Amino acid sequence: MTQYQNILTIVQISGPAEEGMPLPKDDSPRTGTPVMSRLLGWIGNAQIGPIYLGYLGTLSLVFGLIAFEIIGLNMWASVGWDPIQFVRQLFWLGLEPPPAEYGLSMPPLNDGGWWLIAGFFLTASILLWWVRVYRRARQLEMGTHVAWAFAAAIWLFLVLGFIRPILMGNFSEAVPFGIFPHLDWTAAFSIRYGNLYYNPFHCLSIVFLYGSVLLFAMHGATILAVGKYGGERELEQITDRGTASERAALFWRWTMGFNATMESVHRWAWWFAILTPLTGGIGILLTGTVVDNWYLWGIEHGIVAPLPDIYPDVVDPAAQ
Amino acid sequence: MQLWIPFAASAGTLLAIASFVGADWDAPPVESIQIGYRGTGMYLEKDIEKEEALRAANQVPEAPWEADPEGDRAGEIYENVQVLGDLSDDQFNQFMAAITEWISPEEGCEYCHNAENFASDEVYTKVVSRRMIQMNQAINVEWGDHVGDVGVTCYTCHRGQHIPVNYWYDDQEPKPASAMSRHGGVGQFVGNTSMPQNALMDYLLEDKSIRVHSLTALPDPDNPNPAGTKETESTWAFMMHMSEGLGVNCVTCHNTRAFNDWDQSPPQRVTAWHGINMTRALNVDYMVGLTPVFPENRLGPEGDVFKIGCSTCHNGVQKPLYGVSMLQDYVDALDKQGPTDVPDFSTYVPGETQVLGAEAPANSSALPLRTTVADAAK
Repeated sequence: MTQYQNILTIVQISGPAEEGMPLPKDDSPRTGTPVMSRLLGWIGNAQIGPIYLGYLGTLSLVFGLIAFEIIGLNMWASVGWDPIQFVRQLFWLGLEPPPAEYGLSMPPLNDGGWWLIAGFFLTASILLWWVRVYRRARQLEMGTHVAWAFAAAIWLFLVLGFIRPILMGNFSEAVPFGIFPHLDWTAAFSIRYGNLYYNPFHCLSIVFLYGSVLLFAMHGATILAVGKYGGERELEQITDRGTASERAALFWRWTMGFNATMESVHRWAWWFAILTPLTGGIGILLTGTVVDNWYLWGIEHGIVAPLPDIYPDVVDPAAQ
Repeated sequence: MQLWIPFAASAGTLLAIASFVGADWDAPPVESIQIGYRGTGMYLEKDIEKEEALRAANQVPEAPWEADPEGDRAGEIYENVQVLGDLSDDQFNQFMAAITEWISPEEGCEYCHNAENFASDEVYTKVVSRRMIQMNQAINVEWGDHVGDVGVTCYTCHRGQHIPVNYWYDDQEPKPASAMSRHGGVGQFVGNTSMPQNALMDYLLEDKSIRVHSLTALPDPDNPNPAGTKETESTWAFMMHMSEGLGVNCVTCHNTRAFNDWDQSPPQRVTAWHGINMTRALNVDYMVGLTPVFPENRLGPEGDVFKIGCSTCHNGVQKPLYGVSMLQDYVDALDKQGPTDVPDFSTYVPGETQVLGAEAPANSSALPLRTTVADAAK
């Protein structure tokens, strides 16, 4: 029995590196000699590598790097290639999608063309990484749950930058690259379409987001709390329920009358996480295409709280 | 010894300190004033230390003396008094003394006048001043919807400086930037956000629609809304200019659950609406026309004139100078509309006196509004 380990993994194993099972002939070999890191062992597995890159992983990294370079160089150009200003203003810099007048055609490079190219490479990189995640899971004869969770995030990404802009008929509706620029876009998007607060799919997405946080906190806390009975060895506890599992289940049954099981709590967490971008993506997809002003939509559907008219004298001066 | 640990720790510490010290937070205590219906989150937040500094920086200067409105008219006594000729001799001199304190307290009269011949127009600043006095009169007489009875004087903007501290111009720097560098870094004219730096061009010079909302819940195919998310960002950038310039937040003028709805908007929004129209009119009618008069070092990098924004008068305060009027001491100089004629500044020759109304063009702003457009046309 190890110590009660709430913050860091204190007791770490050391020994011959785990090389993993042999790969089939047509797979490229795993690369890198494994090393042990005590520091990383505190927060995860102490063994680093070997990594399986393969042609999908390599291509994905190359495409990702190209996108990263295009975005970074455009940002650098926007401060006149001044390295100091590049660092100082980094969070302010961005790469913008083309203006609406270009529609879905290819604009000049410095008027949104670079954005399209960067977006293409980034999307290609992400999709290749998805295939890699799927194939590595099949290789290990696992389920493909990670890949489908990743796919849910990719769905939102594609809705924002590709599917919705195509439905709207121009790429200017897409998200810019950049730290503050993409945040500004988010708020401007909500303002333009009459406040996303009144978008029911936005509501659902937030429910699942906050629900994910709650579930993660409950599950993490439960497992840590029964850590001293070996509760972190969840898989063993699923097939051969021990005292850790019994206590955890009893705790929740006592406090709220219902308990998830060692297995089902992960299903809860997985679905909540997946449904966050899934519902969010639907909400984005409907915005501007089907609904143009969510506040007014909310009034029509009775979800806007009425307020007293406390400024009776205020009238639109342009209407006078 | 692993060296990276102390390095990483120092970097982390520095970053933490920088984010606290460098970010110009409104540190507590902060005063919250409820300005809207309960539950709407409409609070005005004021940083108490900054508020004290603003109060100290926005004190009204006293008039040099109380002017006697009787006696001969300035236009009869002095040569080349084209706008203020109806003032009495004492009023004229009192106003000249005040304007010196307001605009060039160090250089004195010679900032605008040739000391040998005060009537001469050879110093360009005198030509500018004349037009600015006309503008000041127009604001007080025509724009009561925005300035109320408080009105403005030269001091509202100038504060003892030749050029008001807050102004804006066509900013295409640095080059080579992407043609649409809407996010070219920190936008000093738009509240230091990363939003379109040149948004003020669209609203305070050109008359682009600020309104971006659709007035129907569903898209109306017969009447499609031309504004998208990008246009919204330009509007928002301009709103940040106002917000920073006035030291107020969104809810001063809007119930943010429905930004566009006038029924839920505080009355300040009406005042602001007139202010936007006023500022645009001042830039188009007064500032742009003066472009040929200014020397190169008084123009923006694209050769356009420095222009008026909300912060030019407001200087970080919701009511400039905390709503204290200075007009009572300068009623005849600034609160009455004098001659409104405009000389043709496009034929301006330094040193030559131009007379108001003489061969004045029908439209004083025959110059292109947007210098970059003019450049592109060449």
